[in-house]
Amino acid sequence: MGIWIEESAKVLVQGITGKQGMFHADKMVEYGTNIVGGCTPGKGGQTVDLQGKKFPVWNSMFEAIEATDADATVIYVPPPFAGEAIMEAADAFDQIKGEGVVVCITEGIPTLDMVKAVAFVENRPGVRLIGPNCPGIITPGENGGAKIGIMPGHIHAKGRIGIVSKSGTLTYEAVAQTMSIGEGQSTCVGIGGDPINGTGFIDCLAAFQADSQTEAIVMIGEIGGNAEEEAAAWAKENVTKPIVGFVAGATAPPGKRMGHAGAIISGGKGTAVEKFAAFEAADIACAKDPSEIGAVLLEALKKAGLRNE
Amino acid sequence: MNDRDNAAAQFKGVLWLASDSDTMNIHEYQGKALFKAHGVNVLNGVHCTTVDDALNAYDSLQSKVVAVKSQIHAGGRGKGNLYRSNSDELVMEGGVKIAFSREDVKTYATNILGHVLVTKQTGQEGKIVNHLYVESGCDIAHEYYLALLVDREHKSVLIMASTEGGMDIEEVAEETPELLHKVNVDPNVGLMGYQIRDLGLALGLSGASHKSFGKMLRSLYNLFVKEDCAMVEINPLVRTADDDMVALDAKVSFDENAEFRHKNWDDLRDLSEEEDVEIRAKETGLSYVKLDGNIGCLVNGAGLAMATMDVIKLYGGEPANFLDVGGGANEEQVKTAFSIILEDPNVKGILVNIFGGIMRCDIIARGVIAATEALDLDVPLVVRLAGTNVVEGKAILAESTLNIHPADDLAEGAQKIVELIGGGA
Repeated sequence: MGIWIEESAKVLVQGITGKQGMFHADKMVEYGTNIVGGCTPGKGGQTVDLQGKKFPVWNSMFEAIEATDADATVIYVPPPFAGEAIMEAADAFDQIKGEGVVVCITEGIPTLDMVKAVAFVENRPGVRLIGPNCPGIITPGENGGAKIGIMPGHIHAKGRIGIVSKSGTLTYEAVAQTMSIGEGQSTCVGIGGDPINGTGFIDCLAAFQADSQTEAIVMIGEIGGNAEEEAAAWAKENVTKPIVGFVAGATAPPGKRMGHAGAIISGGKGTAVEKFAAFEAADIACAKDPSEIGAVLLEALKKAGLRNE
Repeated sequence: MNDRDNAAAQFKGVLWLASDSDTMNIHEYQGKALFKAHGVNVLNGVHCTTVDDALNAYDSLQSKVVAVKSQIHAGGRGKGNLYRSNSDELVMEGGVKIAFSREDVKTYATNILGHVLVTKQTGQEGKIVNHLYVESGCDIAHEYYLALLVDREHKSVLIMASTEGGMDIEEVAEETPELLHKVNVDPNVGLMGYQIRDLGLALGLSGASHKSFGKMLRSLYNLFVKEDCAMVEINPLVRTADDDMVALDAKVSFDENAEFRHKNWDDLRDLSEEEDVEIRAKETGLSYVKLDGNIGCLVNGAGLAMATMDVIKLYGGEPANFLDVGGGANEEQVKTAFSIILEDPNVKGILVNIFGGIMRCDIIARGVIAATEALDLDVPLVVRLAGTNVVEGKAILAESTLNIHPADDLAEGAQKIVELIGGGA
């Protein structure tokens, strides 16, 4: 199980002939992801070599999904074209299958392009957008699994902890922390650090709550906006599984953007203090240091009767 | 929380872009040129860089009254004070002056140009004024507030307007939120006629001024979208005595991500308004923000970089900077990152924290060694590596004769560097 992406999900790569696309497609195949081909306009009919095997390239997402019955796509298209790549994928999934998962890795997409793309995707309720500016989504399996994105596959193992995070490397840190206490992951979702994105914390919490494989959740936020506060309030009413939380940016000065476009404290709003307080008010067990996530999670699992020792 | 607090909080929540360093700010005179090109009503005005320019502008404008306005990328200019640079000698109160004569223009321009304007938004150090805008006067019947920005919560463009123009709008939001009217534009259909009409009515406009407002808002929305703005703020927007709506101010910022489709932005950029070291970092693909502490940080990933700063603080230290080397940094970038960190004289030690994903730890280890050798690093260095090729990376560091302290996790790394520099800042 895991959320949205099954271990055997059929995955397309948009921008598969580009440097980034090809590099990461290769890593995904190596991990065991069921890559079924890719899409680069103008390069249809060519093939791409990944891990010694040939994979077909199509001119359009309509052709690619018709031919492969793909379940998901991952976008490595440069920023000027990424907004449209999202919409092309969403349109094709919607028309052909009525559903599909679109994962956008690209960083630096113009904000108004994302405003348009997110509205376009929201008009197609069967389509889910993850990202942009994110590491992607991974559902580890017994042998390999579905890695859709740029995360290092080898640090993961199949298990019962669901992870959702705005940040890339901090997600890897959380994964390593679960492994340090002998726990694996059901699905890890990077929702991205941009101000305008698709899937949010609440979508992930709802899916983890409904997923039979997931027994506990790690949620990692950062300064800026109020998505963490809303997610915490929602979790208090709707999530029965234990949640462990961390928020990055307690030391960030106001008015300065910290790397991610969305990570900024404005008008005194969006601080880590407020977010930690919201987590605590929702009975989310907080780690004040990412190196503590493992220990806090272990305590939460014990308290919920999910671990003995 | 009562409704009023809630509305105020909501308002603050959407103003997130207002001072965002990921956006590119332009001067008022540039914003007004853009307004004019898009059919948004502005008064006649001239951009000046010398006192003679200002006098010529006064002669050409043929207006009994002119405004002499300091041009810097910060708000609160009117209530700011001008100081002689490198001293606290006050030259003049107010960075925006109304001149009634040629003599006035000369006095004000002389007092403004080349002096340092300190406003509540510039910080104590203020900003040197190199540009002036001399603008015709007009008969003002009423002042309004109008702004367009990206609302991250509703994922759309938000228009805000108020009858309380010319004031600090955050105060209006705090004290009288019912006077702040909002319209969210549906990205699927764009700004609709009824939304424009309703907003005009909410401002109490009718007849010619209502019509004039409608035309202006339509033009502003088109400008916002076409020019990839992050924010357009007009405070005040005025209704003139003959019922025309005119933008008396223009605060425009662009979304940096869209620079590739706006070749003209290079000409609009005022580099003297941007932090030199932050620009250089950006050119190398690094994201750097200077802070006040003494422990330099070099991290991959924005979230982990923030968390590293937080943990340093948690163990009693103070971070000197935020620095994200990105996902695929090479040896050269690592070296640039070190040299940027070391430019800060406060730095007494450096913590490197890398969780290798795509980036391999052995490459980072080599980069760290090359950089420390090339730069003759003489402050303590703690390196924490995890992830891809961590064993090889650690081995490379261990073999080196340099004084590098390894750490297995972030907490250990933070504790070590705080100890090595002899405790907190």
